[in-house]
Amino acid sequence: MLPRPTTHSKALGPGVAGPELAVATSAVLDRPPQPGAHLPLSGAQPCAVDPATLADPRQHTKYPYVTGTSVMAIKYKDGVLVGCDTLGAYGSTKRYKNTQRIYHVNSKCVVAAGGEISDFQYITNLLDELTTDDYRTDDGIELTPQEVHSYLCRVMYNRRNKFDPLWNSLVVGGVQEGKPFLGMIGMIGTHYTDSHVTTGFANQLARPLFRERQQDDMSEEEALKLMYDALRVCYYRDKVSINKFQIAKVTKDGGVSISEPFALDMRWDYKLFAQPTKWAVGAW
Amino acid sequence: MFRNQYDTDVTTWSPQGRLFQVEYAMEAVKQGSCTVGLKSDTHVVLATLKRSQSELSSFQRKVFKIDDHLGIAIAGLTGDGRSLCKYMRNECINHRYVYESSMPVGRLVRLVADKAQVCTQRSWKRPYGVGLLVAGVDSQGPHLYSTCPSGNYYEYKAMAIGSRSQAAKTYLEKHFETFPGANLDELVQHSLRALQASLSEGELTDANCSVAVVGKDLSFTVLEDQAVEPYITALKEDEPMQAEAEAAPEGGEAPEAPPAAEAAAAEGDERREDEGPAPMEAD
Repeated sequence: MLPRPTTHSKALGPGVAGPELAVATSAVLDRPPQPGAHLPLSGAQPCAVDPATLADPRQHTKYPYVTGTSVMAIKYKDGVLVGCDTLGAYGSTKRYKNTQRIYHVNSKCVVAAGGEISDFQYITNLLDELTTDDYRTDDGIELTPQEVHSYLCRVMYNRRNKFDPLWNSLVVGGVQEGKPFLGMIGMIGTHYTDSHVTTGFANQLARPLFRERQQDDMSEEEALKLMYDALRVCYYRDKVSINKFQIAKVTKDGGVSISEPFALDMRWDYKLFAQPTKWAVGAW
Repeated sequence: MFRNQYDTDVTTWSPQGRLFQVEYAMEAVKQGSCTVGLKSDTHVVLATLKRSQSELSSFQRKVFKIDDHLGIAIAGLTGDGRSLCKYMRNECINHRYVYESSMPVGRLVRLVADKAQVCTQRSWKRPYGVGLLVAGVDSQGPHLYSTCPSGNYYEYKAMAIGSRSQAAKTYLEKHFETFPGANLDELVQHSLRALQASLSEGELTDANCSVAVVGKDLSFTVLEDQAVEPYITALKEDEPMQAEAEAAPEGGEAPEAPPAAEAAAAEGDERREDEGPAPMEAD
């Protein structure tokens, strides 16, 4: 992944990737003084505009702004489970706590995303066009999860080739010809299918749990328990997440159902959480 | 055909509400040599009669593979047929690139029909002069479609287009109820018999007819020359049995598996001398 430059701007706070305004580059510093460059030509009240953008207003995506965090998904006996939280974060700020990051494509398929929320909305628009076309054609054929996966992969790769990526990690889950299907697509078009897929922090946190406990013939109860444990771990250890989750279930006979947001019970009274440095080397 | 004052332009209606240029284009399809298609619950078969310009030339190709699951047989202007074939192949391969799956047959046919319709509504274009029989298999099963220059398309259980196709259609109408359960060999036999019905003179040989088959686990395959020879031989051996079946009051099912009727072989040889098709032609 591309390194995200951090800013030391007092306005934005530490450790946050902000717009170019906050970083003084040579393009700004070495330019001859232009006293009125930052003022609107119309004579209106000036707002803060990055002088560099006046040269070429168009830019390619450099950083995501409102982001979703991890998504995790597993296959089980009857179908697939896809789980994620409902947070749209603005840097470190937990700004939008009601974003649904799982999109219901058709009766056999869902797509969930981490990363830039606006790019995900664009992707759901594209998928909406495809499903509307299927509906209009009215021949009983709808997109299969594998076709959605291939299509999104082509879209992501094409954008990457234009150096203007859709800043998302996508998970496609569904039932394909009676069998569960799970696929992942990264923002540069990397894609694969597997029995369990994860994005973001869940790659590090949930994947070990899945590797140990996920089986293709799990019962729904076992699968839910595993999903809850994975969501819990991600909430414990991911700074930018909230205790409000949604799980989508896609089964052969039941179609798609996306749960209402729910919270999991958490424990914060572990001794090490309360006094993290108590037994650390050098602590007193 | 007759000439009248409303047929100069494809964009001119007649007072009866007809577009004569489109109808004339459909005549071009009827000039092409006969093409037969039929389907069962598992397979689709196309059979075509190939013409040759002269004794020196080869026989004109009529069957084209569009994709592994889909192919066409044309009747009419071969140039137009080739152009549509290229368009269909392009659409199929683009679909495969984006979706990594085979294109649904009905949707491809609709694209072709839409393309043909455009040519009936522009003053600077002319309608395509070719009719297609599209045979393919997709997630919803086997399909047989027929398109024509007017931009119309229908799905069929069995269909014949081209010259003297009415005789072939008569055969198909008699037997189509047995097609769904038939196996591949039986289907091919039916298609060849239907084709034979449209022959006015001469007879089916491995040089002048080609067969194409496609099924759920069978990629679209064109059978020509040597590949189609066994079916033609079996057909000829079958003829005496067939004549008896036709003579019976029931008429119903044609004999299924081609029997190795050694005793009838001598009779068959004699029959080969006769003029073309089986007695049922007389209907």
